[in-house]
Amino acid sequence: MSSSTEHIEEPLIKGNPSFGKITSVISRISEKKAPRMWYVAISITSSLAALMFVSIGYLVWEGVGIWGLNNPVGWGWAIINFVFWVGIGHAGTLISAILFLLRQKWRTSINRFAEAMTLFAVMCALVFPGIHVGRIWIAYYMFPLPNQMDMWPNFRSPLLWDVFAVGTYFTVSLMFWYVGLIPDLATLRDRATTKLRKFVLGILAVGWHGGNRQWKHYELAYLILAGISTPLVLSVHSVVSTDFAVSIVPGWHTTIFPPYFVAGAIFSGFAMVMTLSIIVRKLFALEDYITLRHLERINKIMLLTGMMVGYAYSIEFFIAWYSGNIYEAFTFINRATGPYAWGYWIMITCNVVVPQMFWFKKLRNSIPVMFVISILINVGMWFERFVIVVSSLANDFLPAAWDYYSPTFWDISTFVGSFGLFLTLFLLFIRFAPIIAMSEVKGVLPEADPHHHAQDHDHKEPNDGH
Amino acid sequence: MAQIFPAWTNRLPLMVIAVLLIIASSVAGFFWYYGSPRYTDVGYRPKQPQPYSHKLHAGDLGIDCRYCHSDVEKSPNANIPPTQTCMNCHTLIKADSDKLLAVRSSWANKTPLEWVRVHELPDYAYFDHSVHLSAGVGCVSCHGNVAEMEEVTQMEPLSMSWCLDCHRNPEPNLRPADQITNMTWVPSEEDKIKAHQMMLTKKIDPPVDCSGCHR
Repeated sequence: MSSSTEHIEEPLIKGNPSFGKITSVISRISEKKAPRMWYVAISITSSLAALMFVSIGYLVWEGVGIWGLNNPVGWGWAIINFVFWVGIGHAGTLISAILFLLRQKWRTSINRFAEAMTLFAVMCALVFPGIHVGRIWIAYYMFPLPNQMDMWPNFRSPLLWDVFAVGTYFTVSLMFWYVGLIPDLATLRDRATTKLRKFVLGILAVGWHGGNRQWKHYELAYLILAGISTPLVLSVHSVVSTDFAVSIVPGWHTTIFPPYFVAGAIFSGFAMVMTLSIIVRKLFALEDYITLRHLERINKIMLLTGMMVGYAYSIEFFIAWYSGNIYEAFTFINRATGPYAWGYWIMITCNVVVPQMFWFKKLRNSIPVMFVISILINVGMWFERFVIVVSSLANDFLPAAWDYYSPTFWDISTFVGSFGLFLTLFLLFIRFAPIIAMSEVKGVLPEADPHHHAQDHDHKEPNDGH
Repeated sequence: MAQIFPAWTNRLPLMVIAVLLIIASSVAGFFWYYGSPRYTDVGYRPKQPQPYSHKLHAGDLGIDCRYCHSDVEKSPNANIPPTQTCMNCHTLIKADSDKLLAVRSSWANKTPLEWVRVHELPDYAYFDHSVHLSAGVGCVSCHGNVAEMEEVTQMEPLSMSWCLDCHRNPEPNLRPADQITNMTWVPSEEDKIKAHQMMLTKKIDPPVDCSGCHR
């Protein structure tokens, strides 16, 4: 269990709450009436989500011509947004799986909503490849279904690998999230006062009563799921990167893409976790549970992955020169100085320059600073995908075919709307589910340590789901 | 706390999973079977403007297919014969039969009979009769034993996978040029060896890529 150094460090959870207090503080968020702000927020976000559905409806009616796609740039915002959202979806599984296997106990305060965020981000991501195919009503061709044509998806195409990679990722993330929720749902069920709550939570808690055998099975299942998820964290964005890397377009056809994309994904995912956790802890007064210590660690990860991304940017330039390939060299010089240079420099500023502020402990511990930086990082990461997708396509081998790409109203409305969908789902989640893994947080309290000898032994058993 | 769920609900998740799996495979299986031309198209027998018995003409009387469908070896289309072809014989044989009223009126008014097409491929699929015949594929392989049909009926699905079955392994459907129109020909062991030699000498290598048929 906990090492001796754990005692010297500042505790993960501040205020030394009892197990009972943790249960009531976290449960009450979903039990009492939602604050007025919640209603205001969800009415805004669901309007935005409606905007997305209207945009999609018009897209189905009219076709992809409503977007700003043109002849060289056949992949526009739809793919940019897909990669953007899938990238954000990486932090959840990283926190829940890899940090779990590495026994990083500080994950317990943020893993629940990071996982939820992952699911919602992947849902938003899945919207875009789903709608960009043009003829949505035959999107089932993406799946290997028996048919009279003997026609199967092309397994040599990375676009098909995407379907399976992202689909698997979503399924495993959902299972992981749900399995983690079961003890907490049982806690909510046992506290439920209305019949409806008892019934719904009773179904969702699948008969959990917190017995020893159940915990044994549960922890084994959780460990296995963590083991399954860990390679997925690395594989999903690697596969997404092959959408580009397998092609021969200059600026895409590079072997650095898989690790570069994975680092970027973790970078952006943690930035989104940061943005949301600052809001959530403020909104529901959870400062004792999501402490500065948690946030500082997230900042350190962002500093690390931000520099990995910066390294990838510079290696791309180096390889463009070192390869001696004039198309490759042109593409990168064109990125930094050509028609999309504004996007390139937004990307460099937000992803490479701004996170350097986290070298300073003072800035790393300042909530306003990290809030602004976390948003800037996601702006930068969106522009990274924009620069990759658009600048390579708009100016490729044949100058006669070059064209400038700009989005239309519908590109923007669909993207803005996807934020509406994401935030609506997130607001529903924080309203109805335990946003912090109660049972796990109890496990990292000093009292949960069998070697702990506190004067106060009134606390309940550590793994008690009630 | 009072139990609100009876004991059988313990098995509910497994049952839900099983039912979902059954539903999903049933839906896929339903469309695979009932959506296939093997179900929807085989047995198609439209009513023709003039009753015409292939069994009588091609079977009992033994007229060669190519007497009427004369361009089949040279053209992508196996032509439907004009009324003139009918009248080659029917000016002398059964010239007064009531059953041939429509043929004679077509002949007199110089308006073609509007035969209904039985074997219809979609426009996006390119098909050439002459190529298949010169490779050595007999009529019966795709059209069934027309010489036994009172009314022509579609016997094969003509689906893409059905085409590909033969394109991937044409050898069993190859026959000597003089047996092309024979409806009842059964290959001997020797013929099978010959078919294998035809593959080599004629360099028969049917396309299985998209643009072979979808040009």
